[in-house]
Amino acid sequence: MSLSHEFIMGLVRLTLYVVGLIAFAAFNAAYLSLCERKVPAWFQLRYGPKEVGPFGLLQPVADGVKLLTKQLLVQKGSDVLLFKLAPVMVITPAIMCLAVIPFSETLGARNINLGLLAIFSFSAIHVLGTMLGGWASYNKYASIAAARVVAQNIAYEIPLLLVIVALVMVTRTFNLHEIVAQQAGAFWHWNIFRLQASPLMPLAFLIFFTCMLAESNRAPFDMIEAESELVAGAFTEYSGMGFGLFFIAEYANIVVGCSLATVLFLGGWHCPFGLLPGLHWFMIKMYVLCFAVIWVRWSFPRTQFYGLLNLSWKFLIPLAFVHLMLTAVMLKLA
Amino acid sequence: MSIEAQTLHRETFILNLGPQHPATHGVLRIKLTLDGEYIEDAEPVIGYGHRMHEKMGENRTYAKFLPNTGRMDYVAAMFNTHGYVCAVERLAGITVPERAEFIRVITAELNRVASHLLWVGAFLIDLGGFTPLLYTFDDREQILDLLEAVTGARLTFCYYRFGGVCNDIDDDFIAGTRKFIAHLRSRMPMYHALITKNIIFRRRCEGIGPISAENCRKYGATGPVIRGSGVAYDVRKAEPYSIYPRLDFNVPVYGQGDCMARYLVRMDEIVESLRIVEQALDRLPGGPVMAEKVPRILKPPKGDCYFNVESARGSFGVRVVSDGTDKAYRMKLRSPCFSNLSLFQECSRGMLLADALALLGTLDLVIPDIDR
Repeated sequence: MSLSHEFIMGLVRLTLYVVGLIAFAAFNAAYLSLCERKVPAWFQLRYGPKEVGPFGLLQPVADGVKLLTKQLLVQKGSDVLLFKLAPVMVITPAIMCLAVIPFSETLGARNINLGLLAIFSFSAIHVLGTMLGGWASYNKYASIAAARVVAQNIAYEIPLLLVIVALVMVTRTFNLHEIVAQQAGAFWHWNIFRLQASPLMPLAFLIFFTCMLAESNRAPFDMIEAESELVAGAFTEYSGMGFGLFFIAEYANIVVGCSLATVLFLGGWHCPFGLLPGLHWFMIKMYVLCFAVIWVRWSFPRTQFYGLLNLSWKFLIPLAFVHLMLTAVMLKLA
Repeated sequence: MSIEAQTLHRETFILNLGPQHPATHGVLRIKLTLDGEYIEDAEPVIGYGHRMHEKMGENRTYAKFLPNTGRMDYVAAMFNTHGYVCAVERLAGITVPERAEFIRVITAELNRVASHLLWVGAFLIDLGGFTPLLYTFDDREQILDLLEAVTGARLTFCYYRFGGVCNDIDDDFIAGTRKFIAHLRSRMPMYHALITKNIIFRRRCEGIGPISAENCRKYGATGPVIRGSGVAYDVRKAEPYSIYPRLDFNVPVYGQGDCMARYLVRMDEIVESLRIVEQALDRLPGGPVMAEKVPRILKPPKGDCYFNVESARGSFGVRVVSDGTDKAYRMKLRSPCFSNLSLFQECSRGMLLADALALLGTLDLVIPDIDR
């Protein structure tokens, strides 16, 4: 009896978390897309959407309804199965990643020992999804974008993982919950300021943030969308909710990336002054980072493709290596 | 084909850039032969916006053709009208009152500033930066408001008439223009901080898309394109017209020939144009703005006349051949954009797609001006 009770409770918990995470991802996508229109509107001395609902707050609902009522056109010659599968392959891993993120000490769908590894395994899938989507579209712009996305993501995965390896060496765990717990206390306990582990730690955070932008294909690294070159890149042929899923996935990836940056470097749910730790601190830090992502997008032009690869291979990877070596030496000496 | 070339497997594909594409700013089609992302050949296909302006000029009276001129290069409409009225005036022997000449230069230079501001914004869009466009449009809007007050139009002005201009400028316009000059001068450091000093912008422009002076001459490129290649050719200095010889202004020249040079030429030209406007306002004489006794239906004597003006995009020329009737026998319009585009095929060879589009952006093309 007690076993079945536990089983039912587990099932309820699972369902709640699945629904909750999907809702969280979708809600963030909706309202980050509104921010994406409102925030640059402030930068650019204009209003942004303001007609639907008070201050345009219902604009995402209108956008969603519009996307849902549109037909997903599949053009002749494209690979129908892959074409329709690609958006799902992009959105699913992003939501899966959220499952291992500890939002607060008690809130988190799964507290597993290899959480960090799980996130990087899942986030590798979305590259495949975008690539297949571009390739299956049977469109030259999309094909170019599909080739770009692979080169870009391989180039940026390396410095990203090098930074993570160094961090894991310092924290000695893959468990995200554990990593945050280690950073308890005021802000100088956070990993970004763990200078005794490696003096390059703040730089490592910047590498991580840059790679995160490139991994989620955000401006100035939005090579696969590059509207002034490739129209809409890999998403050129997508309409309706097919496009909508790519759109949601982009924002879900930003949320995952910013959450990860918060967890790994900025002390997760801990308060900068050692007071009242909790979910709110996590959210504040994450959304400040999300704001930075939007800020960067609307301030910089797009890089060239070879400029992007050069930045990674000639600058970020050597730097990440130096950071890794330095961390190893410091650990040995300590 | 040699055996080696056959076995060496090289694949190229053809990409149709346009006629509807975000980077072409209009109905321009470029047939690209691409090897990966490298351009093997770029063949511009034009004529989607062809409206037979030259032929229209030949089968309607001189005055009726006036509004057409503003519809070729609609971003800098003043210059087209300027070239046309000057050509017809020279043919018909009409002397323009001094005040009208000053007003023409003031409005034309304001239009040049507006055109360059639009270009800066649009070019940054080509490079993927959206924000500067809204800043430049904000400033351009003020010019359009000023010009609207005197000309009644915001884009296709059609303000000049044979023998002068159709409307005198008032004190509000003069005060507003002076205020605007001060305003834009104070904004220039902001543009340089936001755009010129931006590291990504510099990377995307410096050394990208070099055009040699020889290529410019070969294809007849003029305006900021040739001045960015180190040739100080400006119609206002080379074949002075109107009151330009009396004004003190520099012709910005940069020798590198890359996208950055063309960008800097245009940014400096904005400042120079503001200087010209300021001087013209200072020395603005009184008097009429229209020559007396210009007949309603103009019948210039038999003759042939070519008149060149420095438009915002280069040398805009009008050739009018009159057979003594009220319609031109031949009307030839030389548009700067057509010549500037024609060098694209040669200069873009071997470039990457994104860089070639940056090069295309710096040519400052207005498609209806190419097609006419």
